[in-house]
Amino acid sequence: MDLYDKDVVSIRDLTKDQIESILDLSEKMVPYAMGEKTKRALDGKILGNLFFEPSTRTKLSFESAAYRLGCDVIDVSEMSMTSISKGETLADTIRMVDAYCDLIVLRHPYEGAARLAANCSINPVINAGDGAGSHPTQTLLDLFTMKEAKGTLEGLNIVLVGDLKYGRTVHSLADALTMFGAKLTLVAPESLQMPEDTIAHLEEKGCHPTKTADLNDVIDQADVLYVTRIQRERFPDPTEYNKVAGTYRIDNAILREAKSDLIVMHPLPRVDEIAQEVDSTPHARYFRQAFNGVPVRMALLCEILGGDIDA
Amino acid sequence: MPDGTIKEVKLAPIRNGTVIDHITCGQALNVMKILGVNENNIDSSISIGMHVISAKTTEWKDVIKIEDRELDSKTVDKIALIAPDATISIIRDFYVAEKYNVRLEDHVVGLARCSNPNCITNRGEPVSPEFNVISRHPPLLRCCYCDRILMNISDNLL
Repeated sequence: MDLYDKDVVSIRDLTKDQIESILDLSEKMVPYAMGEKTKRALDGKILGNLFFEPSTRTKLSFESAAYRLGCDVIDVSEMSMTSISKGETLADTIRMVDAYCDLIVLRHPYEGAARLAANCSINPVINAGDGAGSHPTQTLLDLFTMKEAKGTLEGLNIVLVGDLKYGRTVHSLADALTMFGAKLTLVAPESLQMPEDTIAHLEEKGCHPTKTADLNDVIDQADVLYVTRIQRERFPDPTEYNKVAGTYRIDNAILREAKSDLIVMHPLPRVDEIAQEVDSTPHARYFRQAFNGVPVRMALLCEILGGDIDA
Repeated sequence: MPDGTIKEVKLAPIRNGTVIDHITCGQALNVMKILGVNENNIDSSISIGMHVISAKTTEWKDVIKIEDRELDSKTVDKIALIAPDATISIIRDFYVAEKYNVRLEDHVVGLARCSNPNCITNRGEPVSPEFNVISRHPPLLRCCYCDRILMNISDNLL
């Protein structure tokens, strides 16, 4: 249990072995996450859930994960409710909350906030998203969802589509997938392609992603189609936005070209990147993906806080 | 070079002070900025050679000679961020009393601010910006907090 008492700020903080260990434990957590089995493996522990930015899935799934394991939760959901609104620094807030709980989960609008929190805190910190920076637990649940559907991560043909420039989830995900020998294809308009330094980092690790702007060219080869939202505010011209957003809309027509066992994933919330008609096809995996946030976060909490569901 | 001979451009010798040599070509004015020199606070003479040929390496370089001043270690560390091959010679009574290369450490603390405005180190927190050096030629620094590459190092020096 070598993650005991460790911070998880970036997916780069974890080794391949540690990720595999979390994914294996996540699988065991599924019946507990569904309430079919119960175990108060973290009885007596307190989780400090600090969300300084709106969140539905991440916040609720951390709370659900904690409660399923018998761990209590104290939380802050709005900056206006804290001393930060009185001018307190994040560093001081973290030192204070650190004294009230055993582990801090932090979502913050500024990049690097989780690293700062980890440096200030004695207890471990989990990054639940810092601005456009890292979101390692999203990456873990994405990996788990792929592994659950495909049985393995090795050699999967994974197509990332949408906003690959600003979307924080895809950078961490691409980073992690390189550890597992996945083949990556990056589908985005030139203006939203993955940044060159991120691609250079992937290449250093032996992954040579293919770039294209046309999804139709690659859909038939994909095992996983990972869709992200293209944000309207990235485009000064609304006509340009409509043109780009329409190009990457996933519907049953485009999925006709896909393998029968292709899975479609999305970190949610979606706006109109995936047509609702896709929800009822076997390709749709995004709601299961959202559920998987619970077992994966249960596994991570247990690893860091020393809980054991087999004890 | 006209007849194949390479001759170093000479700047006026100084009695006491510092010679900063082998500055990456084009960085002399940024080094001047690090030295904090402007038209209102110059008490000694300064010679600048820009785009001059190095007799040793036959590559283009910049040179600065500043009289009656020796550099502190923080200033030298900042110079290393934009001119990693620079050499510092301390001159006393026309002789080189000491000569050393600037050294770009693997980890840099408190010398530059992160160029990402949304980095937590730029938001009034009690923390010094920290970077890992991921390349030396040219110097490339990655923020230890937000993980971004530091853009325009000379514009972000503290």
